[in-house]
Amino acid sequence: MKPEWQVWAKEAKEEFPRANSALMPLLHRIQLEEGWLSDATIADVAQLMGLPVQYVESVVSFYSLFHQQPMGKKVVHVCVGLSCALAGSDELMHHLEQRLGIKEGQSTADGAYTLLEAECLAACDKAPVAQVNLRYVGPVSPDDATQLLSEEVTS
Amino acid sequence: MSIRHYLLRNRDVRNIDQIDVYEAHEGYVALRQTLKEYQPDELVAMVKKSGLRGRGGAGFPTGMKWGFLPNDGRTRYLVVNSDEAEPGTFKDRELIEENPHQLVEGIIISSYATRASEAYIYCRGEFRRGAEQLRRAVQEAYDHGYLGKHILGTEFSLDLKVYRGAGAYICGEESALLESLEGKRGNPRLKPPFPAVAGLYGGPTVVNNVETICNLPPLVTYGPEWYTSMGTEKSPGLKIMSVSGRVRRPGNYEIPLATPLRTLIEEYAGGPIPGRTIKAVIPGGSSVPLLMPNQLDTPLDYESVIKAGSMLGSGGCIVLDDQVCIVGATARLVRFYREESCGKCTPCREGTYWMTDVLERVEHGMGQNSDLDLLSDVADNIAGKCFCPLGDASLGVLVSALKHFRHEFEAHVAGHGCPMGARLYDTVNH
Ligand SMILES: Cc1cc2nc3c(=O)[nH]c(=O)nc-3n(C[C@H](O)[C@H](O)[C@H](O)COP(=O)(O)O)c2cc1C
Ligand code: SF4
Ligand code: FES
Repeated sequence: MKPEWQVWAKEAKEEFPRANSALMPLLHRIQLEEGWLSDATIADVAQLMGLPVQYVESVVSFYSLFHQQPMGKKVVHVCVGLSCALAGSDELMHHLEQRLGIKEGQSTADGAYTLLEAECLAACDKAPVAQVNLRYVGPVSPDDATQLLSEEVTS
Repeated sequence: MSIRHYLLRNRDVRNIDQIDVYEAHEGYVALRQTLKEYQPDELVAMVKKSGLRGRGGAGFPTGMKWGFLPNDGRTRYLVVNSDEAEPGTFKDRELIEENPHQLVEGIIISSYATRASEAYIYCRGEFRRGAEQLRRAVQEAYDHGYLGKHILGTEFSLDLKVYRGAGAYICGEESALLESLEGKRGNPRLKPPFPAVAGLYGGPTVVNNVETICNLPPLVTYGPEWYTSMGTEKSPGLKIMSVSGRVRRPGNYEIPLATPLRTLIEEYAGGPIPGRTIKAVIPGGSSVPLLMPNQLDTPLDYESVIKAGSMLGSGGCIVLDDQVCIVGATARLVRFYREESCGKCTPCREGTYWMTDVLERVEHGMGQNSDLDLLSDVADNIAGKCFCPLGDASLGVLVSALKHFRHEFEAHVAGHGCPMGARLYDTVNH
């Protein structure tokens, strides 16, 4: 457990004192630093929140943006919703898989990228749309796959 | 055609997301007027009179919803639903990213009206910028005395907090949202009790959509008559429609309700891509049945769209043209529900898997004729048998596609694949 996590837990509980409302804000904050939530992290969070480990694990596993595997430095979400599919998102995904030499759901061996599918990202006017570390990029035509990967983004 | 915008009126104003610019454009004037001129009950009456209906999908009358709060002295909560994730819908994202103060002002006015002392914005996890924009706007509002204790020197106090989801469409359903906000898995709750009686932390709670709440500042400024002067008697006012798919100008367009679907597509969104014709339209988000080309004159108000066999829903209008394979499009949408089913009840959890499997098999030429009846059969076993509305929502497009385009499904079976050789995306297009 990192020392600052205790401070963060306290701050989350001050902002959301009722029920377990501090849990998800704390998980978000730790994941932003760590990149993912390991079993050890989940156990630490459980201790900080005074909750059973199984409870925290059950919450983490429900939400697709809480990652239980190490993530690449750049997490690329490609929207595969209908409006994006109509504009070429499957081809975009395919190009990205080829460029990175991985399949959707995987990370590159050097830890630089993780490639994931996203459901409709509520930006269908920018179809086909992607997010890099949850920052929107779009429209990204399938031919612009390389450019998407070199996109400068904050972590 | 002149397009008049209200909630989107400041979309071209630079830095409207900064409080001083927002104030320079009449921002927080409606709030000042509210606190000076209205008692809370008068505001509720005004919202009732305006006929404003919830813009989250169901179109429930907002004033009536506010009126359901019991008068028992418990702390009341206002929760704003910014979990927008219904495929085809992207209006709330624009509202929070581009003009967060309009929402914050709407929340303060709505909280005053409903006598809520704590308010929460539940922001979709993927909306990273949206959450940052909201947090900054909320802080600025505190710094300017619009939030906190004794707002603008009155007896009214309000705390507003931004809470981030973490990727789950079901958390847009209000009771699942409340579970998530309490730090749990986002499984829907049994209703009744409804949130008005037992909502957040067991207290009386109003859950409203972002767009619904954004209507409050202009409603106070222009009055209920302004609202009822647009639309129909039962569906008055304005609605933001998100248009995407095969049109020339996808985007958000604010229309007076009862504007014909054709006008929205042709005039606002620039019409279909040149040389193409419209094959079908999903008028209100991925959960609603298809409208056909001969229904393009349908006025976009809640009643007329229902009469035409569909729903206005969240206002996510997806246009499909003659190059789109209906089987592929349907498979894509049903797959969404499979991915997002929370797994709590069997018909939805198993049914959406099964339907997706069968649809993808038919799409890729491995289907049999009996698969079409199988799809109808599984759909029958979902309809009306699920714990929450997500199960039924997975059927809207499928059932209407089977009705209007059965021949296309049959052709996929007979020809062992798509007769148009179509992928959803064709390169000719770009
Ligand atoms: C599966 C499902 C998803 C929903 N998603 C949203 C959503 O993203 N945003 C929203 O405002 N309402 C959503 N709703 C509707 C909410 O349950 C609720 O009715 C709405 O937030 C009430 O606000 P309103 O009265 O202002 O429309 C969803 C409902 C269901 C069943
Ligand atoms: S209908 Fe689907 S989403 Fe709703 S409770 Fe059942 S499994 Fe969950
Ligand atoms: S379908 Fe991709 S953002 Fe909506």
